[in-house]
Amino acid sequence: MMMEMERTISVLVKNRPRVLARIAGLFARRGFNIDSLAVSTTEDEAVSRMTVATTADPPTLAQIAKQVSKLHDVVQVIDHTNHKVVERELCLIKVHIDRSERPELISLCDVFRGDIVDIGNGSVMVQLVGDKDKIDAFVHVMQDYEIEEMVRSGKIVLDRGSSK
Amino acid sequence: MAQEMVKGAEALLRVFREENVDVFFGYPGGSVIPIYDALYDAEDIHGVLPRHEQGAAHAADGYARVTGKVGVCMATSGPGACNLVTGLATAYMDSIPIVAITGQVKTHLVGTDSFQEADVTGITIPITKHNYLIKDPHEIERFPDILREAFYLAKHGRPGPVLVDVPFDVSAGDVPWAERNIEALDGYEEPPVADSADIDRAADMIEAAERPVLMIGGGVVHSEASEEIIQLAEKTNIHVVHTLMAKGCFPESHELSMGMPGMHGMAYASYAIQHSDLLIVIGARFDDRITGDLERFAPDASVIHIDIDAAEIDKVRPATVGIQADAKAATRELIQAVSAREPGAWEEHLREIKKKHPLRYSDNDELMAPQFVVEKLYEVTGGKAIITTEVGQNQMWAAQYYPLEEPRKWCTSGGLGTMGYGHPAAIGAQVGRPDEIVVDIAGDGSIQMCMQELTTGTVEKLPYKIIILNNSFLGMVRQWQDMFFDKRYSGVDLTGNPDFVKLAEAHGAVGLRCGDRDKVVETLERAMEVDDVPVVVDFAVAKEENVFPMIPAGKSWDELIEAPVSDE
Ligand SMILES: Cc1ncc(C[n+]2csc(CCOP(=O)(O)OP(=O)(O)O)c2C)c(N)n1
Repeated sequence: MMMEMERTISVLVKNRPRVLARIAGLFARRGFNIDSLAVSTTEDEAVSRMTVATTADPPTLAQIAKQVSKLHDVVQVIDHTNHKVVERELCLIKVHIDRSERPELISLCDVFRGDIVDIGNGSVMVQLVGDKDKIDAFVHVMQDYEIEEMVRSGKIVLDRGSSK
Repeated sequence: MAQEMVKGAEALLRVFREENVDVFFGYPGGSVIPIYDALYDAEDIHGVLPRHEQGAAHAADGYARVTGKVGVCMATSGPGACNLVTGLATAYMDSIPIVAITGQVKTHLVGTDSFQEADVTGITIPITKHNYLIKDPHEIERFPDILREAFYLAKHGRPGPVLVDVPFDVSAGDVPWAERNIEALDGYEEPPVADSADIDRAADMIEAAERPVLMIGGGVVHSEASEEIIQLAEKTNIHVVHTLMAKGCFPESHELSMGMPGMHGMAYASYAIQHSDLLIVIGARFDDRITGDLERFAPDASVIHIDIDAAEIDKVRPATVGIQADAKAATRELIQAVSAREPGAWEEHLREIKKKHPLRYSDNDELMAPQFVVEKLYEVTGGKAIITTEVGQNQMWAAQYYPLEEPRKWCTSGGLGTMGYGHPAAIGAQVGRPDEIVVDIAGDGSIQMCMQELTTGTVEKLPYKIIILNNSFLGMVRQWQDMFFDKRYSGVDLTGNPDFVKLAEAHGAVGLRCGDRDKVVETLERAMEVDDVPVVVDFAVAKEENVFPMIPAGKSWDELIEAPVSDE
């Protein structure tokens, strides 16, 4: 059996109406799953970058990359499997907390290098940047508190070293 | 110099002329009136008016298949465009180059649920190669180039339908005209070239193989590679099987032809694949109707897979050598690289198998076999007709009993299996090749799906023939119920069919009827004599005839069911 695991591809697309629908629709109709998705502008204003995390084995990932490459609006597909990458997600997490618990939370944030970005009456919002595992771990720890709301961005990835 | 401005509709007609579009299949409505208005003065572009937009799309498809050109269809916004959907999906599945022009509501109304608005670009994303909505200023500015791009994309690489959605105010308003420069188009690319190392490996594999088989698919039609396939087969003495899409690409009378494999293919074709040690697959995609149970498909075979679409390689059956290239170019290289090969024990074995397992059906006086009608059609037309088919048993009997010697004489909805396809496709085929005999081999169910197009045929004076193999059943569904659902015939009885002869006459066509095997030839000959309107021939055939051989869905070659032996 070949390994099914989470893998990440970056899809550089022409910045055009419906391009997201085309890509998302392709994943949906061919039964490829999207674990996380981030879409952003790039150094080239005509091009957007989609970072797609998907759980797949190598042949399925190859098929995904080939099918996506066929779309007219797609400029390039980068498969980051086996690349040395910098991978980041952003997480905002709001916990219900009273004043007495704040010091403990603040020291936990320090350990994870999270930032307190808002303090309200009875709640604290923490911002954390890191790879998926780090954020998973932090969220796990936060489950000791009452999480009021949480949001995570899709992951973004760049290969290390020069791309030229 | 100030840029020349032209009406959007005029720009469209100019691009039509650049692309040698002298005929299209289209149905007007509010949002395409500006285009039809421009067409009023365009004597060099003929609009065929079907009676339903589905007919327009299928006719453009049939036209494309027999001419090798891009077929063009047109429809108005909303309901008109929605009626194209089945035709576009049909063309998409079979990789047929079509450009569909649809009208759209005015740009400022798009997205407001205005009258006759439908999100046609959204609807057709999964069934087009690409589509465009001309709405934003930068799109309007590029309108001529976007149209050129549409034609370019439709026919280059792996062909397919492309749709351009044109709001009323774009066709009625002014757009900048730009000169044609194909190489500057977005998406322009040189065709992929086969890696010579891969070609050499493929040649080595062919030389080393003991039981090679060549399987060709629709890609061979699109790249016009028939000649090369014949040369390759003859140089190496390798037998050739063709998918339903490639019918005619390798002459079926050729001694190396093993016919069509798969669900209703020749037993010997499936046998050859199944026992091969090397499959050379060119322009085919391992459809499940060919492979059956994939796990058990051709278990001993290495695979050389040549396809213009990289995504087809390794999609279904992993290739030992995968070559992304145009079929014609790659086959030429392969012919150069491979040494001649003499026929051996395997080839002799295949010849025997072929002799031992001919197609067969039982025929007796009371019940006229549908296969008999197709055989007689073959005789009366000298095997020279362009055949279109509907879907179901009629389609499979056409594939089995009307062997073809050349490509582009075969229009069938292979991938989608669209009932109603054959008749409008025959219209498109007859428009594209007016001097050929065009015959739609039909079932009594399918033919009723686009029956209204008879008027189109009459008005356009198209003498195609519709041969209805009338079994008063939705035959193919009944066959499955017969074989796999204890003969519980549910929802398949077509008792109450209209009188097809009267129906033909009501449309201004000729209607003929025949239920007597001794009159089949005579009736067909009469049909062939008509040269100015369509002819419908209603053949009353055995009601419960089944298509054999059959490999039931998801099964493998060893479960192939051959025709019961005749009791005569
Ligand atoms: C548009 C559409 N609807 C339904 C089907 C499912 N279907 C496949 S074959 C068939 C029966 C076709 O009957 P008929 O046209 O009479 O041909 P026969 O099989 O009797 O030759 C049906 C209903 C289909 N292929 N296409």
